Amino acid sequence: MAKRIDAANVTAYYGAFKAIENINITVEPKTVTALIGPSGCGKSTFLRSINRMHEVLPGARVEGSLTIDGQDIYHRDVDVTAVRRTIGMVFQRPNPFPTMSIFENVVAGLRLNGVKKKSILDEAAEKALRSANLWDEVKDRLGKPGAGLSGGQQQRLCIARTIAVEPQVVLMDEPCSALDPISTLAIEDLMFQLKDKFTIIIVTHNMQQAARVSDRTAFFSIEKTGDPGRLIEYDNTQKIFSNPSQKKTEDYITGRFG
Amino acid sequence: MTTTLTSHRPRPPAQPPTLRARRLPKWLPPAVALGALLVAAAIVYGAGIGGPVLVVVVGALLYLVGLFAAANAVEGRRSARNRTWSALIHSAFVLAVLPLASVVWTLVTKGLERFDVNFFLTSMNNIGARDPQGGAYHAIVGTLIQVGIAALITIPIGILCAIYVVEYGRGRFAFAIRFFVDVMTGIPSIVSGLFVLAFWVLVVSPYFSSTGRPGFSGFAAALALSVLMLPTVVRSTEEMLRLVPAPLREGAYALGVPKWKTILRVVLPTALPGIVTGVMLAIARAAGETAPVLLVAGGGAAINFNPFENNQSSLALFVYQQAGDASRYAPARAWTAALTLVALVLVLTVAAKLLARRNRLGR
Repeated sequence: MAKRIDAANVTAYYGAFKAIENINITVEPKTVTALIGPSGCGKSTFLRSINRMHEVLPGARVEGSLTIDGQDIYHRDVDVTAVRRTIGMVFQRPNPFPTMSIFENVVAGLRLNGVKKKSILDEAAEKALRSANLWDEVKDRLGKPGAGLSGGQQQRLCIARTIAVEPQVVLMDEPCSALDPISTLAIEDLMFQLKDKFTIIIVTHNMQQAARVSDRTAFFSIEKTGDPGRLIEYDNTQKIFSNPSQKKTEDYITGRFG
Repeated sequence: MTTTLTSHRPRPPAQPPTLRARRLPKWLPPAVALGALLVAAAIVYGAGIGGPVLVVVVGALLYLVGLFAAANAVEGRRSARNRTWSALIHSAFVLAVLPLASVVWTLVTKGLERFDVNFFLTSMNNIGARDPQGGAYHAIVGTLIQVGIAALITIPIGILCAIYVVEYGRGRFAFAIRFFVDVMTGIPSIVSGLFVLAFWVLVVSPYFSSTGRPGFSGFAAALALSVLMLPTVVRSTEEMLRLVPAPLREGAYALGVPKWKTILRVVLPTALPGIVTGVMLAIARAAGETAPVLLVAGGGAAINFNPFENNQSSLALFVYQQAGDASRYAPARAWTAALTLVALVLVLTVAAKLLARRNRLGR
């Protein structure tokens, strides 16, 4: 169910602006990898280029090679929707579909991809909501609008929606930045459980969070505004936070920079 | 970073920190208003320069001045300005509502005279100048058919066009479409009528008519109305689609949903209430158009259910013709037709809004 991701010399542009340059990372299956670094250093850009969401913006493009279990996801013959079904994504702000109920939100990915059978949808919805630790809170009001839930519940609803299509990799773009500490804790617990089945890559500004949840940590940085973001150091989380090999990483982690 | 904190220290308040201030007594503003009206009446009637309307206008101005003076004396300048501006804003609201209320009142009082069964079940066929009977059945049928066809043509084209401009269009072509839609918004209705007259009625319709000669038809009127409705539908749909937050689209893309399905199942439902409002505005405008119908459908006294052959009337055209008719019974028919037209648009709008309510889910 989980797959390995190899990024080689990934460079991404917004029009003429080069946002990240020559990123090389290998992400092992069934691990949590955290991307940290100051604002504007290209963490989110890199994350979005992994499931080809970067190119949604006009003028944005990616160079270099990104493979999932050896398959190039930027190959000309690759179906973008298949890539995104394999590599799901959770966004910074919860974005449940406002016209849909909780149930419809969870099964939106399945239903919009052609699954019609009620029994399959029911089963998938319960499974996904249980995996997202949301089932007990919403099982009695599945027909109510998803937008009526609290922020933390909405974010877990979005996670349930993402894992309902059974991806191999789950990307999370600062999934807790709009949430309170208790909801954050719920989502971090969830990541521990999801790690058994999925490869998880998470962008976070919260270094304690990176230290808590991730196995490996990648530190991105920029020289100055306008320069492309680069990968400074990529290692086991414990090593990064206790004994980083780069001076910049140490400065960032100890709060002397960024 | 060595900032001197002393320079940012808040200054002590200039006045003692009392939270209470003197206020005008509650009875004073109405009293000022009454006084202003009395003074205005004295001035206007004393000088013999006008009637009650001028009294109200002068009274309102005096009220604003008096209120400002009184508040300034008791409460201070800021509060006086606040009161005066509030009064001005409320007067503006009254001024804006006045014509609307007046229109509704006139329509209802004058339109009720012929608001009877006979009006809705008979046409003007064989109704002479001395005949008090006669109705707008044929005109109601005409309006419904013409506006219905125009809506059938416009809504799909308009919404698809807006989707293209917002979701797919890049560069010059999309820009050109937006520009020409803007230009189309300014087309006078008589010009659209002339266009359809020259293009459809005179050139194309002979190929379709049984006699082989050009002829008026309700369909031609529907075409002219479409030309008028299209820009409104495109622009309002476009604005509504732009309001749909980008994260919703990205959320759907990230689930592996293709773009067309995202638009159809996520973007359009989210924007639906706004789109419906825009469409209803376009329909209301089209239903009230007289000139194009006169030019290309010709009007007529008889009922005609066939939009493709022969003359057809419409409510707006019926109002125009009856209002200019020499018969002493015609004005009443015109008023009732006008009332019917307004009621029809209102009913359609309310029905459409109910159907498109966002929260069919309930909370």
